Amino acid sequence: MRPTIEFLDERTLERILSEAIDILCKIGVEIHNKPVLEMLADHGADIRLDNYRATFTEDIINKALTLAPSSFKLYDSLGNEAVDLSEENVNFTPGSAAINVLDYESDKIRKPTTADYIRYAKLMTRLDHIASQSTAFIPADVEAKISDSYRLFLSLLYCRKPVVTGAFTIEAFEIMKNLQLAVRGSEKELKAKPLTIFSCCPTSPVKWSDVTSQNVVDCARYGIPVEYIAMPLAGFMSPVTLIGTLVQHTAETLSGLAISQLTNPGTSVLYGGSPAIFDVRYETTPMGAIETQMLDCAYNEIGKYLDLPTQAYIGLSDAKLLDAQAGLETGIGATLAALSGINNISGPGMLDFESCISLEKLVLDNQICGMTKRLIKGMEPKEDFPMIERMEELLHEQHLLISDHTMKYLNEEHFMPSQTIDRANRARYEEEGGLTLKQRAHKEAEEYLAEYEKPGLSEDVVKELIRLMEEEAKKYGMDKLPDREE
Amino acid sequence: MEIFNQIAESLQKGDHEKVAILTRKALDDKIAVQQILDDGLIAGMNVVGEDFKHHRIFLPSVLLAARAMYAGMDLLKPLMIKEDVRTIGKVVIGTIKGDLHDIGKNLVGIMLKGAGFEVIDLGNDVPPEKFVQTAKDDNADAIGLSALLTTTMTGMKDVIDLMKSEDIYGKVKVIIGGAPVSREFAEQIGADFYAFDGMNAVETLKAYVKDR
Repeated sequence: MRPTIEFLDERTLERILSEAIDILCKIGVEIHNKPVLEMLADHGADIRLDNYRATFTEDIINKALTLAPSSFKLYDSLGNEAVDLSEENVNFTPGSAAINVLDYESDKIRKPTTADYIRYAKLMTRLDHIASQSTAFIPADVEAKISDSYRLFLSLLYCRKPVVTGAFTIEAFEIMKNLQLAVRGSEKELKAKPLTIFSCCPTSPVKWSDVTSQNVVDCARYGIPVEYIAMPLAGFMSPVTLIGTLVQHTAETLSGLAISQLTNPGTSVLYGGSPAIFDVRYETTPMGAIETQMLDCAYNEIGKYLDLPTQAYIGLSDAKLLDAQAGLETGIGATLAALSGINNISGPGMLDFESCISLEKLVLDNQICGMTKRLIKGMEPKEDFPMIERMEELLHEQHLLISDHTMKYLNEEHFMPSQTIDRANRARYEEEGGLTLKQRAHKEAEEYLAEYEKPGLSEDVVKELIRLMEEEAKKYGMDKLPDREE
Repeated sequence: MEIFNQIAESLQKGDHEKVAILTRKALDDKIAVQQILDDGLIAGMNVVGEDFKHHRIFLPSVLLAARAMYAGMDLLKPLMIKEDVRTIGKVVIGTIKGDLHDIGKNLVGIMLKGAGFEVIDLGNDVPPEKFVQTAKDDNADAIGLSALLTTTMTGMKDVIDLMKSEDIYGKVKVIIGGAPVSREFAEQIGADFYAFDGMNAVETLKAYVKDR
């Protein structure tokens, strides 16, 4: 059987939902986007343009819930199915939008460059337990106004996996959509085989900016899946209690769901988020805190109760280096997330409140993802009963290392981690150089990079991607994109 | 020669039936036993060893290849004495007196045999006299001592002391292994080699017989 974990009983869960609906229908949502407010008014919301407020009706919320699909799939840049976001399927994707990279040599942070991003995208081609890539960090060597689309451009150019991404401005949506159309060939094909998920973030408490609400609308129009990333901060921008924060998270997420579904009924969405507790000692938002992780798992239960696929930023660490804290926070988070059955788990690679990526951590986290995926496969009898015959075989042969039963089930019963995970005896460990975790992960990364193979896009598609990106860069005063190693 | 590649490849796949058929065919074609052994069976096993060391294959595949190796060896053995063909080496192994743990020792035995060594396994709870007498009688190249207990590992020194008084110390090499022992302990008691796992024991003894 598959092991699972639950935080909410049905009574509490239903009460959280009804409280959230109460907030949406009595206090309403602040949306700084006139067309969106008007669209909601057409569906019966009571709107006030002077203070950007829309008060929902239960009907709007029910309609949105009825229209939203319970699952969808992502396809890689060649059109192959890559991520199944349905039922309790668990998929991992790196965390997103870090502004620093942890330098391997110096252990100091620095601003990421195009070269760093390319290394990341190449590495992602080989991290088998992480199903999709994300636009994980922001290269600082291009004009800030194209830094969102430029990440997507590099990701598409170097790695076949689908991309979890997002636009920083309303204008950037156009180029980010066009890059996808260049890969898929047509709007129809892009709708049929989604290539990306866009993160759209409301602001706590219960607010949508012009940019984020417009992104939700634009994605809905083109059938680009959206994940809502509500970020209530327990004790600061939401109640200190976990249940209170869940009510607010639910209200914020349902408001996004309404905007999507009323714009384009049936558009694919993920019931996501990035709530956290607020650490009142350091004035920080710890992603590795156990309560943050509990919030993620609990709102996932609400999403599942509403029959929606889910997402969470979990399995990240606030450590500054690839140290024991980095491992423990990531390991606990990824394990809880997998046991909860969160469909898209955003986290691998991230440190320091998701502000810093470490490629070595990404390599380690790939192993954590593999282990948690093994965990949720659980255990079940595989020709184990009756046991007498196997016991006789063992006594006769003295071991079962080459038993047919062993050969048949070894690979599915035992997860084989890469050499980043140390399982050598001490003498062998020392003979192989006595490498630290960071060194082993770096070695694994270097091996993958040396064996890198291009994603296999046609030359025409590659040319079109480059043309589109160069044209966009020129709009913002960049005559030339940074050099790219091949 | 093509037949050697075929033997080596079948052995790497762990196909003991095919290795037997091919070895039989090579013998029928009047190919020298030494050549079948060196260029077919042992050559194939060397690749298996490297693949295992680099995590390209796991232990069960090594043992399947070892089983295929025996299938070939069984056919060669009767002719080896006649043609004066030597295996790559002869090793007497056993678990030290007072110690009933033989899992590690058994694994080392299987892997040594798989690599082409002739192995005389004395079992567990073996007194020093038996190690020394067997090594002398069978003209062994090495004695492999295993222990799993800190209380029995000291018995390894008894074997070495007896080898000294029987004047075979230095002529017959001593390799030790097991959870409680270490390279430092090996040096301390005068053992020639320490191996940290089965494959390391194979590599260490292969390197020794090659340089001999």
